[in-house]
Amino acid sequence: MRQINPDVCAAYPITPSTQVMEQFSEYVADGLVDTELIATESEHSAMSACIGAAAAGGRVMTATSSQGLALMWEMLYIAAGMRFPITLACVNRALSAPINIHGDHSDSMGARDSGWIQIYAENAQEAYDNQIQAVRIAEHMDVRLPVMSCMDGFITSHAIDSLELLDDKTVRDFVGEYKAINPLLDVEHPVTYGALDLQDYFMEHKRAQAEAMKNSRKIVIDIAKEYKKISGRGYEYFEEYYMDDAEIAIVILSSAAGTVKTVVEAMRAKGEKVGLLRPRIFRPFPYNELSDALSNVKAVAVMDRADSTGAEGGPLYMEFKSALYNRKKQPLMINKIFGLGGRDLMLPDIEMVYRELRDIKNSGKIRALSEYITVRGEEAAYGKA
Amino acid sequence: MYEATEIRWHGRGGQGTVTAAKLFAQSAMVGGKYVQAFPEFGPERTGAPVKAYNRISSKRLTIHCGVTNPSIVVVVDPTLVGTTDFTEGTDEKAVFLVNTKDDPAAVRKKIKLKGGRIYTIDATRISLETIGKPIPNTAMLGALAKVSGIVDIKRVLDDVKEDFEKKFPEKITQKNLEAVKRAYEEVKGE
Repeated sequence: MRQINPDVCAAYPITPSTQVMEQFSEYVADGLVDTELIATESEHSAMSACIGAAAAGGRVMTATSSQGLALMWEMLYIAAGMRFPITLACVNRALSAPINIHGDHSDSMGARDSGWIQIYAENAQEAYDNQIQAVRIAEHMDVRLPVMSCMDGFITSHAIDSLELLDDKTVRDFVGEYKAINPLLDVEHPVTYGALDLQDYFMEHKRAQAEAMKNSRKIVIDIAKEYKKISGRGYEYFEEYYMDDAEIAIVILSSAAGTVKTVVEAMRAKGEKVGLLRPRIFRPFPYNELSDALSNVKAVAVMDRADSTGAEGGPLYMEFKSALYNRKKQPLMINKIFGLGGRDLMLPDIEMVYRELRDIKNSGKIRALSEYITVRGEEAAYGKA
Repeated sequence: MYEATEIRWHGRGGQGTVTAAKLFAQSAMVGGKYVQAFPEFGPERTGAPVKAYNRISSKRLTIHCGVTNPSIVVVVDPTLVGTTDFTEGTDEKAVFLVNTKDDPAAVRKKIKLKGGRIYTIDATRISLETIGKPIPNTAMLGALAKVSGIVDIKRVLDDVKEDFEKKFPEKITQKNLEAVKRAYEEVKGE
């Protein structure tokens, strides 16, 4: 955020937000950035101020978490509907109740239909890289949509991890000068924002918004390629880990994928054909590419760090199932809900999922479509296959 | 394959245990290692037992779960000896670095430990004599540099200096550096 040096940053700077804003406010106070920092009285106001600043013609960033994102809800849709390229660092944390401050994906998963592009980072390096790319994706003339750059609460946000930084000038050159479209402060060319839009044109505007999200599919890859030129680090829609000849695979987001990699390496060393698919871009959901990536796999466990209670399984699982529905070749698929409220996912837990997948591959039988794992109580499976 | 030195720190809120874990990781990182440092967060209360963790490896670390089988255990607070099981999850090759007035044999007897290697350092006394307050974290860093052999003591001193200079006056920084050096010299093994 310091290197991007946005014009305006509006945020509610205490819990449930993280040290992101605390640290950034120090940069502002020390004169390292010339950002106008607005400390608001709530997250709803923070996003409202971001929207106002973006309408005025500024490059705008903010950061939040958990209840904070929930309180922004109404304004998230407005930011997207007004096509403001705001970027938001979302430190993924659980939603109350019960009160919990630790990492899970309930906050951003709940916002998946709000019209924001969503990128999920595995570690601190990627959170940094994604945040810089997010600015370019959001501001691209074929997109002009807000971007949420997500990382795991505590596991990524509060831990010390090795990280390679680019120098300030490289980042500033990469993000470039902000180009405002129809800014309110351009008083020579007055415009109206937030006008009433009824049966006559509302749907056309919504369609245009959906088209912009479709356009972003190409742009996220274009920007990633450009970013590779300055950083040496390449990114795709998703990461495939030992997927080439994998017979069984786990699909999982963010930091937990790193732990799964450790298990994959150990099982591969024993000759087991296991793989990992880690989605990075969740909105827009690259359904074709992800389906292709799973086309030769026999059994898949999609693991969700959030639930959609009452549905067949968690949000990531539902996306994958839906993406594969019209495919001729489909892997057998199960869902595991894990890690809610920061519950740790340990190596033996992951091995157990792979063992279950191996049984499914061999027998063709699924015991339970979706279940909670690493949890106390009776077997928690629901949804008989 | 996954290979790392895993360290678990046991302390009490207010003793700088988390800061020590972060500084140790930083020194190892500057020394060319891949590192992680993370606390076990809960309600933050002065005096309550806290834990923090390090992973240090010559290979890139992707693993992100908690540390359950540490090869090094650092006990920052002497009153945790005999009141918490800081040996949990360790094997017979584990190294224990304990802040206590006692010598290693006495600690071994008190916690009935078989195997492992115990090192002791009276870090509270050192911190009282140098800093003037019972904040033993920097002294423990010096002792850990010696015991672990992972980082160079010069590097630890540089990192403590750099970190403390940002937050504290010169005098306090110098006293902490003195604590690091003394602990490095005074740590006792079996």
